[in-house]
Amino acid sequence: MTDISSLAPSAPTTSAGRSLYVRSDQARRRQTAETRFRMIGFIAVMIGILAVAGLLTSIVFNGVSSFQQTYVKLDIFLDPAKLDKKGDRDIEALNKVTTFAYVPLIEASLRKLVEDRGIVIEGLNPKKIGDIISKEAPADLRRYVLADPSKIGETIEFRLLASGRIDGYYKGRVTMESAALDRNISPQQLQLADQLAKAGVLETRFNPSFFTAPDASDTRPEAAGLGVAIIGSAYMMLLVLCLSLPIGVAASIYLEEFAPQNKWTDLIEVNIANLAAVPSIVFGILGLAIFINYAGLPRSAPIVGGLVLTLMTLPTIIIATRAALKAVPPSIRDAALGVGASKMQAIFHHVLPLAAPGILTGTIIGLAQALGETAPLLLIGMVAFVREYPGLPPEGIFDPASALPVQVYNWTQRGDPAFVERASGAIIVLLVFLLFMNAIAILLRRRFERRW
Amino acid sequence: MTPGLLALIVLGMAVIGFILGRMRAVDAAAREKVKLHSLPSYYGQSVALFVAVPALLLLGCWLFVQPILIETRISANIPESAIPEGGARSLVLADIRRIADGLDFVVSRGEATEQDLSTMSADTSDIRKLLASAGIALGSDVSPVVFEAAKEYRIIEKEGALFRDIAVLLVAAGFGMWAYFRIKPSMRARNISETFIRVLLIASSMVAILTTIGIIASLLFESIHFFQMYNAKDFFFSTVWNPQFRGGSDLGILPLLWGTMYISLVSLALSVPIGLMIAIYLAEYAGNRLRSFAKPAIEILAGVPTIVYGLFALITVGPFLRDWIAQPLGLGTSSSSVMTAGLVMGIMLIPFVSSLSDDIINAVPQALRDGSYGLGATQSETIRQVILPAALPGIVGAILLAASRAIGETMIVVMGAGAAAKLGLNPFEAMTTVTVKIVSQLTGDTEFASPETLVAFALGLTLFVFTLSLNVLALYIVRKYREQYE
Repeated sequence: MTDISSLAPSAPTTSAGRSLYVRSDQARRRQTAETRFRMIGFIAVMIGILAVAGLLTSIVFNGVSSFQQTYVKLDIFLDPAKLDKKGDRDIEALNKVTTFAYVPLIEASLRKLVEDRGIVIEGLNPKKIGDIISKEAPADLRRYVLADPSKIGETIEFRLLASGRIDGYYKGRVTMESAALDRNISPQQLQLADQLAKAGVLETRFNPSFFTAPDASDTRPEAAGLGVAIIGSAYMMLLVLCLSLPIGVAASIYLEEFAPQNKWTDLIEVNIANLAAVPSIVFGILGLAIFINYAGLPRSAPIVGGLVLTLMTLPTIIIATRAALKAVPPSIRDAALGVGASKMQAIFHHVLPLAAPGILTGTIIGLAQALGETAPLLLIGMVAFVREYPGLPPEGIFDPASALPVQVYNWTQRGDPAFVERASGAIIVLLVFLLFMNAIAILLRRRFERRW
Repeated sequence: MTPGLLALIVLGMAVIGFILGRMRAVDAAAREKVKLHSLPSYYGQSVALFVAVPALLLLGCWLFVQPILIETRISANIPESAIPEGGARSLVLADIRRIADGLDFVVSRGEATEQDLSTMSADTSDIRKLLASAGIALGSDVSPVVFEAAKEYRIIEKEGALFRDIAVLLVAAGFGMWAYFRIKPSMRARNISETFIRVLLIASSMVAILTTIGIIASLLFESIHFFQMYNAKDFFFSTVWNPQFRGGSDLGILPLLWGTMYISLVSLALSVPIGLMIAIYLAEYAGNRLRSFAKPAIEILAGVPTIVYGLFALITVGPFLRDWIAQPLGLGTSSSSVMTAGLVMGIMLIPFVSSLSDDIINAVPQALRDGSYGLGATQSETIRQVILPAALPGIVGAILLAASRAIGETMIVVMGAGAAAKLGLNPFEAMTTVTVKIVSQLTGDTEFASPETLVAFALGLTLFVFTLSLNVLALYIVRKYREQYE
């Protein structure tokens, strides 16, 4: 028996003779420090989550209204005397009738409607009545007539875009007070809009043309849409997929399976690691200098954007593919080689299919990155104002187009606050695409991931 | 024949070659009653490869070289007198090319025949009007010399295209025949196609190297161009940034560098402590429920494109800081400021720092923790005095990587930091960065002749060197540290 067991019955004590069951000052201090540290950690996590929530709600809150648009429903008499003087419905002649000829038709019909309903607004200049309709509306009407000239002479019910300020009034962006200071809208016009809304002529409803229409000029935010941008982004994604997937997979197979361990291979590997960290804008400079200036490819074209984004996505895909190839156990290769396959056959027939889910996941994530990339596209001229839809591929990839993220940037640079709403709406569209792609990537990973 | 059609024909020939080659191999094996060296389809592949690869390579080279050759030839025929005062030869050449294209279009629409064109001359008929009808607008009337040159251009181009078609098809057929008649059962067809695939793989891995060479070449080449026009000393040491359209600009990089550093510093001051604490909390303290929710939630931030952060800075953070902090304190009236860009960039970097630190903290061996607990340390004492010092090199690496991200970030600063190049300390003032100026000098119409445009390349080079050295340093530190425990 030692001394220790003889001490056992009494309470354990510190060297100073105090009981360990009584908390010393030092212990208390250490415990508070512990709690404090823990709290700080918790707060940091909360800040992170709040940042996510704040970012997403701010964008959604600002942008969701852009999916709605205010329209005015009018019965318009397509006056043959104005549109088709000869009366032969010749499409050539109709094509020569400009948008301006359609303006009076709309104005007349709106004025008639105001009179019929007995709407009287104190101090409203009659000339200003027509201004509550978008400047884009006559062009819409013209397009409609050109598509079906037989309608001339009839009275048709047509849904016309209301002007951006009227639309803003119903979305809370424009108020009576701000209208009084605004050159483009007056409080009387807003009152008229209120009356029309009460009569059921003016309504705010879902706006499909936001997804299909091309961009519009500075003064017509109500007509601006994402059509060209979505097509441009789609073309670029197609190019990136077609180029970076084969090149990336081929490069990874070589580096992972064939490359000898030497300086040259090392150089390539360091190179890829560094390329992944090169600022995206530098790729834009590369695209401008090499693809546009040297190779003479057209500006603002999806082909250049696609090439630049391919180069940016390659490192991501190579890194993901190499990880996927590495995860396939060597026994698979050995078995294939053992039954007489060549190395190439072993890889292409056995290793690659097993690594495919990992490769696809990496590719989708790379594509999602490329879809949101903006800076390099600014330099290769994708900010240009493009109203024409690009043609069908393959020629279409040489036509000027926009891209979703660039369209967002473009709209934020315009003066009218209505464009900020559009930009947020476009961001929602972009985020939905990204969410969709990432969901596919996660599903693929869950469904096919194999642990060896 | 368009090049695309030609390529399709070659590919079609390759498919036929594949079928024929395979059949020949199978027949030969049956006839000679021997086994084939490789599977039959490899014999087909070897023929197909010999049909397609040389022919397509030739086509590619031809498409690249022919326009250059034609232009030198045409250019030699244009007298100096045909070049307008103050204009460049290249502009005249571009005009010639457009006129030639227009004439092609006119002919294809049947508005004029080849005979019409050969008799037509610029003196007698209105070329400009004819081309305008084809949708090609010319700035001025066409001079006879230019029109003749355009006609010659068309003729040479046509001849070239004809030769090209014949040559490509001959090469495809020739190599194909050779490969076809070479087939014997003992031929090692598998090795041929595998060698080819291997070359393809190596070529693909070269793309990364080529990209780097392309980046460095384009940056260096245009930067040298810039420094020939603008004094390098002024660029690196001047504190004034004031580009003018008509020359005489001050293009000092210091204000831009200062803005870049200031904004990066603000963003790191936010993201490093928060990111690090998130990593520590989630790795050491958090329960399973919180971790499985918080980790993916914060990683969402990493997947959000930077344009979204830019918009967030522009419409939410900027006005908020201006209305609630800067204006009440009398610090500034601008919604774009160092603080706006820095805060938003900080949010962007949080997941970056936290996921990197997470890896590093998890790499610290459990034995170190156990030893510390065994000595009676609390959890936070263990973290602060054992884990963090052990993970320090890795964390420094992570911070350097985050810094390189912050320096190279573009959209957030373009939309949140403003455009005023100044050296100031007030974080609520608008400042600008290197990346913002690259964007503003290179967007819109750019002619690569003035120092105001070319300065963007010098800025890009500076940015590239900065971020690259930060990355190399960070990777070096991280790698060195990893070796300690593995």
